[in-house]
Amino acid sequence: MSAPTTGQRAATLRHRSTARRKTVDKAVRVFAWTGASLGIAVMIFVVWQVVVRGIAAWDIAFFTQPTPQDVTSTAGGFANAIVGTLVITGVAALMAIPTGFLGGIYLAEFGRNGKLATAIRMIANVVMGVPSIIVGVFAFAIIVQPLQHYSGFAGSVALAFIMLPVMARTTEDILNLVPNELRESGLAIGAPRWKVTLGVICRAARGGLITGASLAVVRVAGETAPLLFTALSSPYWMTGLFGPGGFFGGPVANLTKTIYDFSASPYPHWQDLAWGGALLIIVVVLGMNILMRLLFQRGKEW
Amino acid sequence: MTAGAGQGAKAPLDAARPRGGTARLRLGDPIFRILATVCGLTVAVAMVGLAIVLIIRSWPSIEALGTDVLTTVAWSPVNGQYGVLAALVGTVLSTLIAMVIAVPLALLIALLLVELVHPAAARVIGTGIEMLAAIPSIVYGMVGIFVVVPFVQDVFVPWVLSTPLGSIPGLAPGPRFQGGGVSIFTAGIVLAFMVLPFITAISRDVLGMVPRVTKEAGYGMGSTTWEVMRRISMPYANSGIVGGVFIGFGRALGETMAVAYLIGSLYTDLPHSIFDPGTSIASLIAQQFSEATDKVQVSALIQLGLVLFVITMGFQLLAQLWLRRVKRSTGGRA
Amino acid sequence: MVGTTLNEPAAPTIVPPRLEVAEARRHGQEDFDSLPSEISVRNLDFYYGKAQALFGNSMEIKKNRVTAVIGPSGCGKSTHLRTYNRIYSLYRDQRATGEIMFDGDNILSPQTDLLELRRRIGMIFQKPSPFPMTVFENIAYGLRQHYKLDRGELSDRVEHALKRSAIWDEVKHKLNEPGTALSGGQQQRLCIARAIAPEPDVLLMDEPCSAIDPVGTAKIEELILELKSKYTIVLVTHNMQQAARVSDYTAFFFEGHIVEFGATAQIFAKPAKQQTEDYITGRFG
Repeated sequence: MSAPTTGQRAATLRHRSTARRKTVDKAVRVFAWTGASLGIAVMIFVVWQVVVRGIAAWDIAFFTQPTPQDVTSTAGGFANAIVGTLVITGVAALMAIPTGFLGGIYLAEFGRNGKLATAIRMIANVVMGVPSIIVGVFAFAIIVQPLQHYSGFAGSVALAFIMLPVMARTTEDILNLVPNELRESGLAIGAPRWKVTLGVICRAARGGLITGASLAVVRVAGETAPLLFTALSSPYWMTGLFGPGGFFGGPVANLTKTIYDFSASPYPHWQDLAWGGALLIIVVVLGMNILMRLLFQRGKEW
Repeated sequence: MTAGAGQGAKAPLDAARPRGGTARLRLGDPIFRILATVCGLTVAVAMVGLAIVLIIRSWPSIEALGTDVLTTVAWSPVNGQYGVLAALVGTVLSTLIAMVIAVPLALLIALLLVELVHPAAARVIGTGIEMLAAIPSIVYGMVGIFVVVPFVQDVFVPWVLSTPLGSIPGLAPGPRFQGGGVSIFTAGIVLAFMVLPFITAISRDVLGMVPRVTKEAGYGMGSTTWEVMRRISMPYANSGIVGGVFIGFGRALGETMAVAYLIGSLYTDLPHSIFDPGTSIASLIAQQFSEATDKVQVSALIQLGLVLFVITMGFQLLAQLWLRRVKRSTGGRA
Repeated sequence: MVGTTLNEPAAPTIVPPRLEVAEARRHGQEDFDSLPSEISVRNLDFYYGKAQALFGNSMEIKKNRVTAVIGPSGCGKSTHLRTYNRIYSLYRDQRATGEIMFDGDNILSPQTDLLELRRRIGMIFQKPSPFPMTVFENIAYGLRQHYKLDRGELSDRVEHALKRSAIWDEVKHKLNEPGTALSGGQQQRLCIARAIAPEPDVLLMDEPCSAIDPVGTAKIEELILELKSKYTIVLVTHNMQQAARVSDYTAFFFEGHIVEFGATAQIFAKPAKQQTEDYITGRFG
């Protein structure tokens, strides 16, 4: 095909306006900046509100006094709720972290791509999508109903249920980052599998594992819905293990449910306390996130 | 080491090795493996257990009410009505509102982070967004009720109602209108910002995986940033983004605390407008559980839980299936 | 620096065999200075942040000729090439000073319309990078972007571009399959078709064959020779034999400087600088 020169051929085509395309591009950029600013401004706003309203409630009494029961007084604090959350979350962690950790080891080291491991992985993904209130209902059904009373333990079970798949998948992801050479060198020396896994690989992945566990714990510490019909809440200190005020025996005060109750109440002092509690949660959650990043940001070097 | 010395040098080492040492080592591994497998199975068993327990414990109510629950609108145990429809509509509406607000916003932010800002700034902003995803829902709920509700009630809704928008069906207030502060709309807004960090993070990650060469080829053809984003980066990242949206949708469906604060507790009617109060399945369960007295009521609530479970799980499964199908067909993820 | 026919005989030292150069490079004897220049580079400096990568590059790229850019790894060949279509402008800390004249304008000036520049100067990259769309869509991309065409004309031009890239027969039944479904060599020819569809004046090729098998490479080299009559081609390559086979003029780069520039026949047969000769005969790089 005897063709005209390149420039001539192009000249016979109708051009689309560059100017218009550039205007569209510019408009989108403006949108992106506005949208991003809006989104980020809202986020900052949320945190700022909590800080401003909550900091006023932080005094010694907040951290040492139990929740007030007299609506007219201005005394009281959140101390029993704080302790309760620590206990409930702690027990949940004791149940879920080792199990999830070992489960993650199974997925990463033994099961790998086998049928069982794939099924477990898929189920874990699905479980992580279960609304936390359903988990609360589940714990209610298997513990509260048969025993005919609420308990802190039931709350721990609910929280453990949530933590378990998170812990397993996080462990698996972290272990998968460890290069195979490390595994092989460990085994090549003649060490047994369990020693290599626990001693060498987990040590190499230490940073990621600690981060994963901490973030899982902190995440459930902020959950409210699973505790609504399990641990409920209580205006008193937890009294021991059994009996009506005990961990296994009855409702246990906890931070999130108390915040919910107090913030929905019509009493200004109680609302202030609720903000104080909310600030505490945010400080713990964000603080742990930041801490983990600072400590282990570089921790991905083997 | 000469050959002669080799023979003699080996013997002491053999003797030093503890007898039966190998046998002991061999026991540790099977135990370890079994332990790990059991723990892995626990996850699966827990899940299956959840489903089974939900079904069993809602059985009394299923027996008594049958599928009426799914067709009745009102939840009013006093009147013997145990319907989920009002709650279902509220759930879906508030989630849709949240998605309509959150998804475009998330994509714009992701576009910004991937293409328009300095990489260092992008990292800082990205970290901030990830941390915001960690904020618990009651905090959002509280800010919602103390800040957003007054704003919507005193500023936004009056403004909307004063414009022609205010007469569009769906926006025009219904008979149960309470000023718009506590409403499906408010719940939707706050939900949007709860889901936003999550979708943004996923979109940013996926868009960041578009190979540099492919983008340069687009620019090399004389495309603008937006054109490259729209016609090259987004199709490439398509499946990931959609997957993220699906999962975000599923989460918003099950969100309890923030919605419980903000959506109201109107269990008996279908909403006429997004500015009407309403309820969602999750918040209904949350609010009613403590008031449930007789066994049937409790069982009915558990049945609601089962419905919510099925819906959210259905969504998860759809998301997984979609991701698998899209990966196979486009081949864009070279 | 333009090579002229040398009169002195070669020094009587033991010299490794010269590369076989394609016969009768007519262009080797043409009058370089009277040829129209497509791109004129004058005093180009380039910086990655604070580090300078190109030093005072000056060169003339002649219309409808293939100019090869050769040199050892890291000598700045790709960097230099990427100034021609300002693709480096994507990256904040990369900048260029000097002049690059194209069609009467200095394209380094901030006023340059980059979209228009890139319509007229196309680029093919080292790694074949089809867009995540069908074969047809890949070729149509640039056409749709810059021109208003009806469906029939679009199809014709897509077919034409694919034919001119010697890949039509292989993909004519696969037009609706993803571009990534082709083999590596085919993908690269697809990218070439994509680049020529919008009728550019210049084609920049950045080591187009380095990720392709030998058979694919041969096809692409053939293609370059065919395309030369219609386009101006600048080819960066680390493969000297390739440069010798397909190019008319060659620039030898070393550590950001243009050491020597001349007719390919000249550069390979009788390089003027010792450094050039050392590189060509494989003594380094």
